[in-house]
Amino acid sequence: MHIIVCIKQVPDTRHVRLDEKTHTLIREGVESIINPYDLYALEEGLRLKERFGGKVTVLTMGPPQAESSLREAISYGADEAVLLSDRAFAGADTWATSFTLSLGVQKIGAFDLILCGKQAVDGDTAQVGPGLAERLSIPYVTWVRRIEEVHNGLIRVQRLMDDGYDRVELPLPALLTVVKEINDPRVPSLKGKMRAKAQAIPVWGAKELAADPEEVGLSGSFTQVIKVFPPPRLKEREWIEGTTEEKVTKVLEKLTALKIIS
Amino acid sequence: MTLQVRIDTEKCTGCELCLSLCPFQALEMQEGKAAVNEKCTLCGACAAECPVEAIFVPALPKGEESSDYAGVMVYAEQRLGKIAEVTYELLHKGRELADILKVPLSAALLGSGVTEKARTLVEHGADRVYVADHPALEGFTDETYGEALSRIIQTFRPEIVLAGATAIGRSFIPKVATRLKTGLTADCTELSIDPEKRLLLQTRPAFGGNIMATIICPTKRPQMATVRPKVMKKGAPRPGRPGEILAVDTSWADRSFKTRLIEIVEEIEEKVKLAEADVIVAGGRGLQEAKNFSLIRELADLLGAAVGASRGAVDSGWISYAHQVGQTGKTVAPKLYIAIGLSGAVQHLVGMQSSETIIAVNNDPHAPIFDVATYGILGDLFEIVPEMIRQLKARREGRK
Repeated sequence: MHIIVCIKQVPDTRHVRLDEKTHTLIREGVESIINPYDLYALEEGLRLKERFGGKVTVLTMGPPQAESSLREAISYGADEAVLLSDRAFAGADTWATSFTLSLGVQKIGAFDLILCGKQAVDGDTAQVGPGLAERLSIPYVTWVRRIEEVHNGLIRVQRLMDDGYDRVELPLPALLTVVKEINDPRVPSLKGKMRAKAQAIPVWGAKELAADPEEVGLSGSFTQVIKVFPPPRLKEREWIEGTTEEKVTKVLEKLTALKIIS
Repeated sequence: MTLQVRIDTEKCTGCELCLSLCPFQALEMQEGKAAVNEKCTLCGACAAECPVEAIFVPALPKGEESSDYAGVMVYAEQRLGKIAEVTYELLHKGRELADILKVPLSAALLGSGVTEKARTLVEHGADRVYVADHPALEGFTDETYGEALSRIIQTFRPEIVLAGATAIGRSFIPKVATRLKTGLTADCTELSIDPEKRLLLQTRPAFGGNIMATIICPTKRPQMATVRPKVMKKGAPRPGRPGEILAVDTSWADRSFKTRLIEIVEEIEEKVKLAEADVIVAGGRGLQEAKNFSLIRELADLLGAAVGASRGAVDSGWISYAHQVGQTGKTVAPKLYIAIGLSGAVQHLVGMQSSETIIAVNNDPHAPIFDVATYGILGDLFEIVPEMIRQLKARREGRK
C-alpha cells in the first residue's frame, strides 16, 4: 500500500499573541511546527503501512525551511519525503495550493491513499484536502475518526459529524482527512531521527512540476486578502463592585433583569 | 518581486506607521524609509492606512466576465429531513445581500423526499427554491451532493453562493468550488457587499482567531463562502410569502456512485446541548482541579444552564471534549455566558464572544475575558461561586 501524507509547516498558533498596543501578531520566538492535525494523518499512515506493508511518502508545499518538517516526519517513520518549493508558489490560496499539490502527487506516481489533517491551524480552512481530491478525480471523506477496514480495494471509515458519526465506504485510491480522535501519535524514534538527518529530500519547483507560473502561487489564486485587523472588542464592560455578598446580589439582579431567573 | 507590496520611496516619509500595522512583520526601516521583506502576504493592511499613499498592492490579473452571473444562492442544508438552523441564518443574511445587489435570493435544497420542506425556505426569504429530490441524495456523501449542487450552480449561475460552515458544508463545498473553478472562503463570521464592484466582502478569523481577515474573489464567479453557524441572525418566517419552487433535473443520479453511506449514527448521550443552550456556565483552569468543576455543574443546574469549558480544563481531563467552547471546540451564542476562572485565550473568545451577555469571574484584572465581558467580577471564584449558589438556593427556598 502506498500512502501519501500531506503536511503543512505552521507557526505554533497556541503561542501566537497579540501585541496589546499595536494589535499585531507577535511572531518572534514562535516556532514552526508540523500542523498538529497532520501528525494524526501521519500516524494513521504509519499504522496502515504496519498492517498492510508498503510505504509512506510525506508531501508538503512551502518555503525551503519546510524541509525541517519533512525530516521530522521521517523521524516518526515516514519512508520518503518530497518538498514542493518555489518562489512562484508563494501567496497561494487553497485553490492554487491544491493544484500545486495535485501536480506533486501526480509526479510521485501511483498511490492507494492520501491522508491529510482535517485543517491547518494557521488558516483553518479545511479546503485543501477536498480540493486536492477533486483535482485528482478521486473520492474522499472528511473528518475521519476511525478506519474500520481496508479490504478488496475498499476502505470503510467513520466520519465525525456535528451530531454523531457516519459510516462510509469508498474505493481506493481515495483521500481522507482525519480528526484527532483517530489515534494517539507516537513519538519519533532514535533510529528515525538518525535516518531523518541522512535522507535526501527532493525539492520540486514549478519547472520540475511543469506548472504554468500563472496557475500557482498568488497569480494562480482566486481569492485575495484585502484587509487584516484585530478581532473587534464587542461591548463596554461594567465592573461589579462590593463585598462578595454584594457582588453576587448585584449579579443576581442582572440575571433577573435578563429574565434568566425570576 | 510582484509578490510583495511596492513602496514609493519618493513619497514615503519614514513615519513607521505601516510597521506597526503589518500583522506579519513584513515591513522594516531601511535608510529612513519603509522596506518590504519576504514575509509580505499582500494583505494590504499597510496600504489602506498609509497617510501619503506610498504603498501599492499589485493588482491580480483580470479574469472572466462576471456579468452573466446574477443572484444570491443559499445551500439549504438538511440532515435526516430536518433543515439545519444555519440555513435560516443564511437566508436572512442572503436576503440582505440580495436586496443591496437588487437581485433575487434562491435556495438549493438537496435530498430525498425533501420537496415539502421547500415552502419554509420561501417563508424565510427565498424567492426561488431549486429542489434536487432523488433517492441517491437520501444521505449525504461528498460525491452525490457535490455533483448535485455543482449542476444547480452551473445551470442557474448565481453570483454569490453561501453555505453553512458545518461538518457537511465544510466538506463538500470545497469540491463544488474546485469543480466550478472558483474561489471559496471558509468559515466566515461577517459578510457585506461592495455595491460598486458587486464584490462579496468575506471576513473570517485566522491564526486561531488572533486576527480577522477580509477576503474577496475579484475575478471568478460565483463568489463562494461557508459561514459559521450561530453568527448571523435568523429572521422570522413570513407565512404566505410568495416564491417559486422548481424541481431540477436529477436524471444524472440514476446510477451507482463510488462512495456509499452505510449508516448514520446519532450520538445522543455525548450530545451536550451546548449549541442550543440559552445559558452556559463555563469553567477554566482557574478551577485548579477536577473536583472543583462540581461548582460549575451546581451553578449550571440552578440556572438551568449547559456546562461549557475552556480547552485548558478539557486538556486537564476535568471534563469531556464535548463541552469545549472555542476555536477547536464549539461556537456558541447563548443569551447569557458565565465564564468562571477562565482567562479567555483568543481561541476561546472566538467561540463565545457573540453571546448576548457575558459575565466573567476572574481574579486577574488583565484577563482577556474581561475585554469581551458585559459584566466583570474581580475576585476569588472560590468565594464568589459558592455565594452565588447560596443566594440562588435561598431565593428558591424563599419562594416555597
